[in-house]
Amino acid sequence: MNIVAGVRSYSEVNEEIKTEFLSKNKVTVTDVNGQRYLGCALDVGKTLEIHGTAGNDLAFCLNGGKIMLHGHGQDAVGNTMGGGEIIIHGHTGDALGYGMRDGQIYVRDNVCCRGGIHMKEFRSMKPVLVIGSNAGSFLGEYMAGGTIILLGLGLKRGEKIFGTHCASGMHGGKIFVRGSFPRENLSPNIKAVSITAEDEKELKEYVGKYCHCFEVDFESVMNKSFVKLIPVTSRPYADLYTAN
Amino acid sequence: MSVNYIPRRFTVVRDKELCINCGCCVRQCSNECHCFADDRKTVISHSADCVACHRCVDLCPTGALRIEKYVCDYRENANWTPQYQQEICRQAQTGGVLLSGMGTPKDYPVYWDKILLNASQVTNPSIDPLREPMEIRTILGRKPEKLTVEKKGKSTVEMPPQVILETPIMFSAMSFGSISLNAQKSLAMAAKELGTLFNIGEGGLHPDLQPFTDRSIVQVASGRFGVHSDYLNNSKIVEIKIGQGAKPGIGGHLPGEKVSVEVSNARMIPEGSDAISPAPHHDIYSIEDLRQLIWAIKQATNNKKPVCVKIAAVHNVAAIVSGCARAGADIVAIDGFRGGTGAAPTRIRDNVGIPIELALASADQRLRDEGTRSQISLVAAGSFRCSADIVKAIALGADACYCASAPLIAMGCHMCATCNTGKCNWGIATQRPELTKRLNPDIMYKRVVNLITAWNHEIKEIMGGMGINSVDSLRGNRLMLRGIGLSEKELEILGIKHAGE
Repeated sequence: MNIVAGVRSYSEVNEEIKTEFLSKNKVTVTDVNGQRYLGCALDVGKTLEIHGTAGNDLAFCLNGGKIMLHGHGQDAVGNTMGGGEIIIHGHTGDALGYGMRDGQIYVRDNVCCRGGIHMKEFRSMKPVLVIGSNAGSFLGEYMAGGTIILLGLGLKRGEKIFGTHCASGMHGGKIFVRGSFPRENLSPNIKAVSITAEDEKELKEYVGKYCHCFEVDFESVMNKSFVKLIPVTSRPYADLYTAN
Repeated sequence: MSVNYIPRRFTVVRDKELCINCGCCVRQCSNECHCFADDRKTVISHSADCVACHRCVDLCPTGALRIEKYVCDYRENANWTPQYQQEICRQAQTGGVLLSGMGTPKDYPVYWDKILLNASQVTNPSIDPLREPMEIRTILGRKPEKLTVEKKGKSTVEMPPQVILETPIMFSAMSFGSISLNAQKSLAMAAKELGTLFNIGEGGLHPDLQPFTDRSIVQVASGRFGVHSDYLNNSKIVEIKIGQGAKPGIGGHLPGEKVSVEVSNARMIPEGSDAISPAPHHDIYSIEDLRQLIWAIKQATNNKKPVCVKIAAVHNVAAIVSGCARAGADIVAIDGFRGGTGAAPTRIRDNVGIPIELALASADQRLRDEGTRSQISLVAAGSFRCSADIVKAIALGADACYCASAPLIAMGCHMCATCNTGKCNWGIATQRPELTKRLNPDIMYKRVVNLITAWNHEIKEIMGGMGINSVDSLRGNRLMLRGIGLSEKELEILGIKHAGE
């Protein structure tokens, strides 16, 4: 049975989704028109398929569940996500994956400002964000861990792969960028280095999955070279203070 | 040797007649003020790094030690005080932002000391709390706008989640990282015994505190450290930390040196990495966005947890509290500018924000004017030094009060205000194992319980004197307050009359 969201309030739709999940592992909701908080705190083993435009805070505190979005996402997708997988057949708004600690997000097209902000990793937890097209300003701001992969597919002439202040305050993790990138948009604490064999292995795994999800030719994506953006220091503010 | 432009603050005075050279002080001082002389028998002291924490004084078996203020006069100047000169020297030396611990030591007005309480005489006689029932139980959470009842008188209104406290005093947010696990554990155990709540701060939940989650308030701050679904669902209240009284408008920064294995486990970040809490939440840029996070948390917890929004007391606090209430916060906590901190830039701590007394009174009044005061709970924070401060806060409109410095003092803190150095000799604001083990939770929690139990008695005693037998009748009861030595404007904001009126 499909749940039809229509123009009903998010609380009603979410209530129905939660009730369905009590007896099922997969729930489909159609005709979604910006309803918020869909799939929040969804547990391991559960899959939510969404058709339409999901509202803000999609998959807030995602707890290992899987979200398939056939449509666009709005702001704060995967907010404070603790694990699981989000696959978006479209683009998303601001603050994608804010504070994300584990799991993977695949966005077919582009993302707006502050994508992957304050992503962090912990032991075996390692968040991964793969963006098919380009990203807005402040990509990877405060980033403390994990991996962002920016593919730049289908960029039009003059379009940049990321906006200004990229990786401002980044102190951990890495950003892989495919092809050329606007060096002037990079924050001063960031350096671009060549990828290692280990990086390539990691890239192939996640790019492979992206290509599989969105039916893109893997070889043609990997044909272009990648660079790795990493912070110059993991302690950018170590000497900021003096005890008084 | 380079010139140190700043004279020392204190002198350690050792009474040679009393000192038995046992070396206790040598072992106790993490600032290395005491040592054995070259003969390896005689104990001597260097005073340069003394912070007046009194660890050596209190533990000296013969009472041979005393700390004195080091007096070294500058030419008198009411403008260029020694403090400003010394701070300039510190910054000239390092180029750093000045960082301080604890609440502001500056001489700003403390309105609690300018408010007097009432007592009954003849009419509405006073009540003896030792022999008559006296209610200080406090219930936090959103209350329905109105009640509807069915024929038999049973309520038909669905009640939002409520939290019952056996005292209007809670322990305010102190993260594991800013304080030690043993200090957090002591507060958790005390909260459980007292029937109140402790706030774990923004540093995540250490597994050792798992048995106490039903007495915990968990924070969702801008860094989102350790925040996950179970963390939210196991708590009693979820608090969105927007601001802190000691450092309104800025974020936090736990340096990598303090991120030990245990701290890293709770915060869920790698060991030794900096834990940066950005100044804003990046999903909150407006009251509407705040509403979004509040409801996201409610959705993630199936509407079972009250959501509190904690803000710093700043100039437009009344409007902000009103906005928070309308955004769906069940509880709003206001933190006044005298509130404590593990570390804050000195200039922010000493110059930004407003006193809790004025903030609380104006926020309470605003909510009353808008007709929403009865629906939400207000929690006041920002330096409560005794039970009378708590009574005055409740009469100004608080449902409950957050205390942090007072229970820390109960655990040994001497307000040396160097929490930021991580060398706390009392095992409170440190992560060094040799220091944290000095704080035994099984002993310290009892001291905290004793303190709050004593305050509870005093609150009942004061209420009884007023002829009030329930804290609900004291709440917002400003007729019980009178100002002393306050201007018309101050009285107007506090909503109280002057003594004698």
